[in-house]
Amino acid sequence: MASIKFKNVYIKDYYSIVGPIEKESQIKNYDLAMDDYYFKEKTFELAEIKMQQTVIDNLLARHKMQISDFDILIGGDLSNQISITNYNAVNYNIPFLGIYAACATFCESLIVGANLIESNSCQKAMLITSSHNLNAEKQFRYPVEYGAPKPHTATFTSTGAISTMLTKNQGKIKIESATIGRVIELGIKDANNLGAVMAPAAAATLQTHLVEMKRDLNYYDLILTGDLGCIGSNILKEFCATTYNLKLKKYLDAGCELFLKSQDTFSGGSGPACLPLVLYNKILKQKKYRKILIIATGALHSVAMVNQKQSIPAIAHAVSLEVLS
Amino acid sequence: MEKEEYKKLVKKISPAENKLKNIIVAFLMGGAVALIGEFIVCGLMTIFGLSRVDAGGWLVLIVIFVACLLTALNFFDNWVMRCKCGLIIPTTGFAHSVASSALDYRNDGLITGLGSNFFKLAGSVILYGVISAFILVIVRVIIGG
Repeated sequence: MASIKFKNVYIKDYYSIVGPIEKESQIKNYDLAMDDYYFKEKTFELAEIKMQQTVIDNLLARHKMQISDFDILIGGDLSNQISITNYNAVNYNIPFLGIYAACATFCESLIVGANLIESNSCQKAMLITSSHNLNAEKQFRYPVEYGAPKPHTATFTSTGAISTMLTKNQGKIKIESATIGRVIELGIKDANNLGAVMAPAAAATLQTHLVEMKRDLNYYDLILTGDLGCIGSNILKEFCATTYNLKLKKYLDAGCELFLKSQDTFSGGSGPACLPLVLYNKILKQKKYRKILIIATGALHSVAMVNQKQSIPAIAHAVSLEVLS
Repeated sequence: MEKEEYKKLVKKISPAENKLKNIIVAFLMGGAVALIGEFIVCGLMTIFGLSRVDAGGWLVLIVIFVACLLTALNFFDNWVMRCKCGLIIPTTGFAHSVASSALDYRNDGLITGLGSNFFKLAGSVILYGVISAFILVIVRVIIGG
């Protein structure tokens, strides 16, 4: 079984910071926005570490809590060796699990945290994830100021950091169940079309979730995928229809819901921050949906492997949420 | 679904790039850069009385300086998106690639960062430029005597 049911795990609260472009985008209810990519630090890497630290500290301050009230810190980001999260964890003297699933990191942290709480191994967990457009550009693509023409299928890594508080006590959102994804690769080698790389993984996880939980698509008020982008989400719809005979109707993609058309972000947003930013600051604020299935999708993309002409594998983890208040 | 079948599905849904439009834009913009260069050469020849060869040398210096400056001022990458490869192929592109790498890696140290990544993008241009020049010279010696 890839699916797990949870009885007593809740998202108590969350805090998000967004970058300068996300500030002008479709999401309006963020907690804090940066005016520039440096966030008053010397390098972009230090800026991202400070973003992570800010969202954790501000969330703790809002609830008048200390980090020592938490049993564990779980998180990850896009950088090599998840160095951003590792360097941020130095600031907090509590047990730490660093995780990597590219842009599926958010759901992976929810699953790991929820399991620890459900098994009574801990009472409270702090989750952290972030991405920074320019750090991702530098690592996966070209130098920041280098102007390489991009195709329409490319996505734009979103800038943001999000902290999430998981507890045993009833909170805003219940984590009802989750499905751990499999790594799937369907022969796509184009690093400028990551939506196409990830769509089969999202479809497979969705299908596994529905079968194992004995549900159909109507059970959910909304299915929200992570960062397939506008083109990738169209591929997913077609793929689900032809392969699994699933007709996605109540469906949105966070990458497609993040930016405005005028913002020149090609197929849409991406990055580990993309899904939680849209979920927390747009979807949940609309108060329209009660049962939401989020499927975070990650392209397990490595520059070295792409240069060696290998196709890109992808993973998707699903978490079923029930909005209580 | 098989890999081949999936590739077809992806190709069907992903919008095709308008290559003809990109080529025409790149041709016109590259031509415009060359035209500006020609004006500068003529200007240098008439104002400073330089020979055409000397004026060409000065032109390259001016173009490299302007491209680096525009890169540092955050203009160049946006212009490339609009002008396509018209701005990348001339000397401007070489200067731009070096300047953008330098900007990115200056924080990683002068040797380990800036020095070792300076020609990250331009290295191929230098290497294969030298090799093709070498081969062409051999061809010329054989054919031209």
